[in-house]
Amino acid sequence: MIMRRIIFALTLLLPAVALSAGGGIELQKAHNDITDIASLQTGAKLFVNYCMGCHSAKYVRFQRIGKDLGLTDDELKENLMFNTEKVGDTMSIAMGDNDAKKWFGAAPPDLSVIARARGTDWLYSYLLSFYLDPSRPLGVNNLVFKDVGMPHVLWERQGWQKPVYEDVTNESDQTHKVIKSLELVDEADKEKAEQYKKDMRNLVNFLEYIGEPAKLERHSLGWKVLLFLLFFLGLAIALKKEYWRDIH
Amino acid sequence: MSTADVTDRCPKNITEAHKGRRRFLVAATTAVGAVGAGFAAVPFVMSLQPSAKTQAAGAPIEVDISKIEDGSLMVREWRGKPVWIVKRTEKNLAELSSLNDKLSDPNSEVTGQQPDYAKNLARSIKPEYLVVIGICTHLGCSPTHIKKGDAAGADIDDDWKGGFFCPCHGSKFDLAGRVYQGVPAPTNLVVPPYIYLSNTRILVGADSSKGVA
Amino acid sequence: MNKILTASTEWVDTRFPLTKMWNEHLAQYYAPKNFNFWYYFGSLALLVLVLQIITGIFLAVNYKPDAALAFGSVEYIMRDVDYGWLIRYMHSTGGSFFFLIIYLHMFRALMYGSYKKPRELLWIIGMLIYACLMAESFLGYLLPWGQMSFWGAQVIISLFGAIPYFGEDLTVWIRGDYVVADATLNRFFVYHVVLVPIILLALVAVHIIALHEVGSNNPDGVEIKKNKDPKTGIPLDGIPFHPYYTVKDIVGIVVFLILFFGVVFYAPAFGGYFIEYNNFFPADPMKTPEHIAPLWYFTPFYAILRAVPDKLLGVVAMGGSIVVLFLLPWLDRSSVKSIRYKGWIFKFALVLFVISFFGLGYLGMQPVTPMKTYFAQLFTFIYFAFFLLMPWYSKMDKTKPVPDRVTD
Repeated sequence: MIMRRIIFALTLLLPAVALSAGGGIELQKAHNDITDIASLQTGAKLFVNYCMGCHSAKYVRFQRIGKDLGLTDDELKENLMFNTEKVGDTMSIAMGDNDAKKWFGAAPPDLSVIARARGTDWLYSYLLSFYLDPSRPLGVNNLVFKDVGMPHVLWERQGWQKPVYEDVTNESDQTHKVIKSLELVDEADKEKAEQYKKDMRNLVNFLEYIGEPAKLERHSLGWKVLLFLLFFLGLAIALKKEYWRDIH
Repeated sequence: MSTADVTDRCPKNITEAHKGRRRFLVAATTAVGAVGAGFAAVPFVMSLQPSAKTQAAGAPIEVDISKIEDGSLMVREWRGKPVWIVKRTEKNLAELSSLNDKLSDPNSEVTGQQPDYAKNLARSIKPEYLVVIGICTHLGCSPTHIKKGDAAGADIDDDWKGGFFCPCHGSKFDLAGRVYQGVPAPTNLVVPPYIYLSNTRILVGADSSKGVA
Repeated sequence: MNKILTASTEWVDTRFPLTKMWNEHLAQYYAPKNFNFWYYFGSLALLVLVLQIITGIFLAVNYKPDAALAFGSVEYIMRDVDYGWLIRYMHSTGGSFFFLIIYLHMFRALMYGSYKKPRELLWIIGMLIYACLMAESFLGYLLPWGQMSFWGAQVIISLFGAIPYFGEDLTVWIRGDYVVADATLNRFFVYHVVLVPIILLALVAVHIIALHEVGSNNPDGVEIKKNKDPKTGIPLDGIPFHPYYTVKDIVGIVVFLILFFGVVFYAPAFGGYFIEYNNFFPADPMKTPEHIAPLWYFTPFYAILRAVPDKLLGVVAMGGSIVVLFLLPWLDRSSVKSIRYKGWIFKFALVLFVISFFGLGYLGMQPVTPMKTYFAQLFTFIYFAFFLLMPWYSKMDKTKPVPDRVTD
């Protein structure tokens, strides 16, 4: 009995283990809600207009987006489909991997499951953390993904940011500059930057959705299955108890 | 294991009330369990149906029919099968009824071989264009188009008016895809669902621009 | 209806021992009446094996074991195949639950001395099943062809290179290539879907036959066959497995299914523990991830591997940690089977073992630091001490008198 209690107590420590993430930049919360259809539609539009020039989402079908986001075939063709006429097609792009490698140093990854690989908080923070850096070939760098090869495609919607440095002294009494935070180059972009945050929330929401389109269906089917099993459990327990009356 | 067995093996001191309860619980648990198993089987069985990728590949196709010459046949692929569009002449159409006595199903009585709008003499929406699946209804070979007047036509029939001949086992079909009597093929060639998007374009594989086959 | 049933049964019985088997293994197999919570896990393990085979078959219908197509085929299953996502999650969740169940099943044996005479062979067969299970899950994890799949396989296969003389050639032979590649994926697929499942099914059958030959142990460690009814020959503390334990195991199964489907529907990746985040990046032989970690059920052994600074000795230690389990029936010199009648030394040792196992499991998930290595070495020492010192402390331990009949 004591043994069982000890074992159970130890298993309660497991969730704590689950939460121990790696170190690095503190990420901003994306606060996703994939049941927000309007947000997903906005995100979809941003995705095809800004991201699909270089990034494919080759496991995602337009028809599925239409079904899940409440868009007709015509709406799909008009707003989201630039490379193909068939709604059954996937979100592939023309740029080949080898060309991409030549032009950008690394092939822009396919984004179908990026939200499952990196997490939505990371993606949200990443999109907000581009800043001007003359030492980089494309003139920008990113706080969340150091020396990234991606240009700041969305700079028009956010406005440019520049780093704010602070001095840090290490153990051997040497001082060097470390980036403390980012601020807008032009104060007038403030309102634009606030809208940009909302836009990125929508975009990341869409990325979460395409990472696993079945998620909403799985949630809605789940409780029904569990409810049935609970009912069945009641019967099974009654059956067991009835038979075990024989045993003393 | 009948329900009688269930209670037969009860220890002797079990009352009748409990025997009844036991029987009921076994029946109820088995029934609910069977229902659960049935529901559980659904996703597995469904997973073997054509996937979204297969359905996309099998989506309706648009065909431009403006360039087909009189008497000629154009082939397109839909769902892995050949679709024939044949431009029939006035003469071809006029001769169709004269063949009725030689055919197994001249009036397309067999449903399932054509949509309702193709249940007419010409077996098509517009008489000039025959749209038909080019697969013999016997065992699945693809017949050859033999025009009226072709040398090969004389071997098939003394008075060959044009149509299709299947080389595998000798089945014959007329220019409306109707099967001749006395050949292995049992039914007329299948007419797929299709619709005219305009005078020069048809959509094969759907009945309306919204309904997929 | 009854007549038809009886007649058909008789027809079969004259040609195949159907009723005989039914009686021998179910209706007249007498199991101790005092089975507790720890006795659910054998039937649950069988259930999960069946589940994995069924879901595995339906996954294999759509999966492509080709390095260029594998990752995409998994996403195809998740998105384009009707209910493919459900079948995939059942299979991935089943894999993790299998190990949870097996570890609890083995722990029961540790507590109640189910490995002791005459059940030593039963324990050995079980350990062989465990070894096959580890192989099966290692093989299966390569199949999604993600970053973790690839690099996990790369690291573990290269361990065989530590074997002197033929180690390197061995690793090339295992992979079918100079690095983990398409050839490796294709053969691992066949081993995972055909070879190991057949071996597992055979071993499980042998395991059950061996169990039924000697009869089940119980929480008191009392041999129920020692006290039989003089008239019927039935053990006084025994009850027929059917209907009593069939009916009880159904409850266990339903509780398991509730927990199982709770995870499948609401937390299939389980915070990255059942499906690792890094595995959503397609395998890239040019880019090693910062942090390679096996799935949670391997981490205790991974921690032992890393705790030893030498490559070959690390492999030996990791292998030894499994081998030492095989020896358990001969290490335990106690005159008493069940922990209920053992003294405080054994109980203390078992608690220490559990702490070290959990500790190693946790450390196996972490990146290496000097402090963590120190703790891993400490826990490794405790782990091995539990087994290697057992002949001495189990003999020394003061035991309590074991009753003749089971207690409830």
